[in-house]
Amino acid sequence: MSATVTPPPKKVNRLGLEVLSYKGGKTTLCAGCGHNSISERLVECFYEMGVDPLSVAKFSGIGCSSKSPAYFLGLSHGFNGVHGRMAPVATGALLANRNLLGLGVTGDGDTASIGIGHFMHLLRRNMPMIYIIENNGVYGLTKGQFSATADLGSTLKTGTANELPPFDCCALALKWGATFVARSFSGDKRQLQAIIKTAIAHKGLSVIDVISPCTTFNDHEGSTKSYSYVKDHEEALQELDFVASFQEISVEIPEGEVRDVELHDGSRLRIRKLHRDYNPTDRLAALTLLEEADAKAEVLTGVLYINTAKPTFTEMLNMADEPLATLPESRVRPGRAALEEAMEELR
Amino acid sequence: MSTVAVSPSEPLSEQKERSVVNDFSIQVATVNGSGSQTANSVLMRAIFQMGIPVSGKNMFPSNIAGLPTWFTIRASRKGYVGRRKEVDFLVAMNPETAREDAMKLPSGAALVYDEPLKLNELRGDLHFYPVPFDKLVGPVCPEARLRKLVRNMIYDGVVAQLLSIEMEEVHRALVKQFGKKKAKAAEMNWNAARAGFDYAAATFAKTDPFRVERMNATAGKIIVDGNSACALGAMFAGVTLVAWYPITPSSSLVESLIGYMRRFRHDKETGKATYAIVQAEDELASIGMALGAGWAGARSMTASAGPGISLMSEFIGLGYYAEAPAVIYDVERVGPSTGLPTRTQQGDLLTTAILSHGDTRHPMFFPCSPEECFEMSIQAFDLAERFQTPVFIMTDLDLGMNNWMADPFPYPETPLDRGKVLNAEDLARLGGFARYRDVDGDGVGYRTLPGTHHPAAAYFTRGSGHNDKAQYSEREDDYANNMDRLAHKFEVLRGRLPDPVVELREDARIGLIAMGTSDYAVRESRDQLLEEYGVPASYLRLKAYPFSDRLLEFIRRHDRVYVVDQNRDAQLLGLMRLDLDAALIARLRSVRYYGGLPLDARTVTDDIARQEGL
Repeated sequence: MSATVTPPPKKVNRLGLEVLSYKGGKTTLCAGCGHNSISERLVECFYEMGVDPLSVAKFSGIGCSSKSPAYFLGLSHGFNGVHGRMAPVATGALLANRNLLGLGVTGDGDTASIGIGHFMHLLRRNMPMIYIIENNGVYGLTKGQFSATADLGSTLKTGTANELPPFDCCALALKWGATFVARSFSGDKRQLQAIIKTAIAHKGLSVIDVISPCTTFNDHEGSTKSYSYVKDHEEALQELDFVASFQEISVEIPEGEVRDVELHDGSRLRIRKLHRDYNPTDRLAALTLLEEADAKAEVLTGVLYINTAKPTFTEMLNMADEPLATLPESRVRPGRAALEEAMEELR
Repeated sequence: MSTVAVSPSEPLSEQKERSVVNDFSIQVATVNGSGSQTANSVLMRAIFQMGIPVSGKNMFPSNIAGLPTWFTIRASRKGYVGRRKEVDFLVAMNPETAREDAMKLPSGAALVYDEPLKLNELRGDLHFYPVPFDKLVGPVCPEARLRKLVRNMIYDGVVAQLLSIEMEEVHRALVKQFGKKKAKAAEMNWNAARAGFDYAAATFAKTDPFRVERMNATAGKIIVDGNSACALGAMFAGVTLVAWYPITPSSSLVESLIGYMRRFRHDKETGKATYAIVQAEDELASIGMALGAGWAGARSMTASAGPGISLMSEFIGLGYYAEAPAVIYDVERVGPSTGLPTRTQQGDLLTTAILSHGDTRHPMFFPCSPEECFEMSIQAFDLAERFQTPVFIMTDLDLGMNNWMADPFPYPETPLDRGKVLNAEDLARLGGFARYRDVDGDGVGYRTLPGTHHPAAAYFTRGSGHNDKAQYSEREDDYANNMDRLAHKFEVLRGRLPDPVVELREDARIGLIAMGTSDYAVRESRDQLLEEYGVPASYLRLKAYPFSDRLLEFIRRHDRVYVVDQNRDAQLLGLMRLDLDAALIARLRSVRYYGGLPLDARTVTDDIARQEGL
């Protein structure tokens, strides 16, 4: 008789799911790609937040970033759409089923070039979803052309310098209506986690611009989106702690001024200021801050803006509480009297 | 050739040697934005209420106000509602075009015109009825700023008097037009119509032969434009997501839908909508939203016209390969860009059938009437979900924006077909599924919707690079197998489309083929060919693409088959060329019209007579 070995209890989240339930396929991106780090953060955050992966829908466009939804949340439906147009697909799907948690992952080519129109209108609608921009300033799958977020003067591997100013996706998001706007760095695990968790808890549109270096085409001397450049120039606005609604508040209150932002689901984002006194509910201040950081060549990261009061597009449409997609025929096909009424008017 | 009814009871004086009853067209030439639409609708409706088959066609410029516009009302006791090339009765209200309009009239036509235009000086072979509109409008409309609008109603009265249209019916039509809420406006307009009638009665001795006579051919019928009919169809098909971008001539389809949905698709208790309608930033977003919603399980749609459909091209290809349902209305018009956006055409057939890059094929419905707009809308939503693919409904400006007589729409008796969707219980029973596996032999896989509460529900949706389990694959065999399955699916779908309407004549050597609004002109032309040339012709009207096998049988039966197209490049015939074998193609001839107006019978008849050497 062999001795029975009791395996150690498996670590599970509040839904009783292991972290494995949040993983996806094996990545096919380059070793060291910032996007892989973001995928890992997404797995951790959705696991730790105890989000039901069966109620998540993933959306992406085209590009390296847009491939990544295959590498996390394998139990969630995903739609890899066309280049630049993740936003409309996500909008349609999320209106069809308002109970879904929408997670969009795109790149800077998708968002700031080919799809900038859709991005702007998504902002304008405050469409409730998470919109992550994996921003490396370069087109990877087509082998290293500048994107519209490449900084002025940043160089390609060939030495060619970028001569046009970049779009700052956070500034666009602030100006045109996103209700949670943050910038982070794929190499800043702690900050990115707090930001993603906040986005999960936030009920409106969350735009997270994550500087995510491309190790193959944009990680060289002269690039402003390389690991070393971002590490040298990153200026974190705050120290962030996310306290989920179901967690006991056991986080030590750090020294210095602390601001708590209560989110829709009862979670709280605890923000400790670092060098500046900054109120993240002040949109105008956020825009000013970005301008200032730009002038100083700082890569400003942290929570730029949060507004928990603004109505979302779904709320504005006054839709039924149940998903439109599965409403029964009795609720979507009006009765005979309605047709008769319409016909009578035309007689 | 107009049909002339000679009434033997009348004295055969020179002026009244013939009487043309219920068979003529009235054209009203006005300035865009002058409010003539109300007057024209009332006139059309009054004739309709007298039981006479009638159709109305608005030819308007791409302009808000100031450019010329023409509205043609055709009364036809035989029920011909296509455009008539000849104008028999002109109301010339637009000084800009009055001279040219008058010069184009056939000899013997009647002409009501604003007296100061002095059109009677132009030629002598018309029946002239000058009316001093400005003098008449003052007393009936004290408010000077409203006179421009009310002025038009005077011609309704004049025309009613001259054509024997019953004034009670004009009044009824007016009241219907203005509704109870605008009783004051209705009264003012009624006074204007009366003033016109009284003036005509007191002033004119009728010299033209045209008049109406009460019939009983419109009892129970409705008057509706095709866009509203499509809107009603979509609503009764249970559409839940509508994404659109305004474009002539499809805008009124969605606007009409918004109106109906607000009335009939809100929960009575909570007031909440059982739908979402989004005016998107462009047509790419519209189709993206529609496909996203279709993928998530909603009945989704968009409506557009050629320029917008072109923009949707890439997404439509993704819809085809990702196998996401959506219904797309294409209200065809002339294009692109500043290309006669307010004129009709069937110019999108070829591009839409294969819209997008790579190998793609899309089903298209071809409604020809409001009844079919309604019925095919319901069929299209079912088909899109059953076959998990974008489905097009091809109408055109003529059908979409003009008013048509129609039978009241029947309530749909078959339940919605939501297609092959596996829910959590199904998955528990089956243990899993392969998204793109052809389990049933019809080429259609089973799908799950996001949010389905089962760990085996999820799949990752992409373009064509996947195996039957929806896993990423660039393997040659996976790609080819998927392509073959999609081709097979399209073949199965072919059998689920409505059959063409076929009217065979045993003695016919020639056949005519048409689709959509060409039907009216072709039916009339068929009668003309028989009456004027003694040439019988069979007729087949296609209702959908991919084409039914009955098309092949029809072509085989005839020596020569004329395919009627409302475009320059014979697109309908071109689609047949893609599908048919050479022996059948050799029998096809083309009749094409591409002037931007609705097709008329005379054009078809003349072209066929020429080609037949008649």
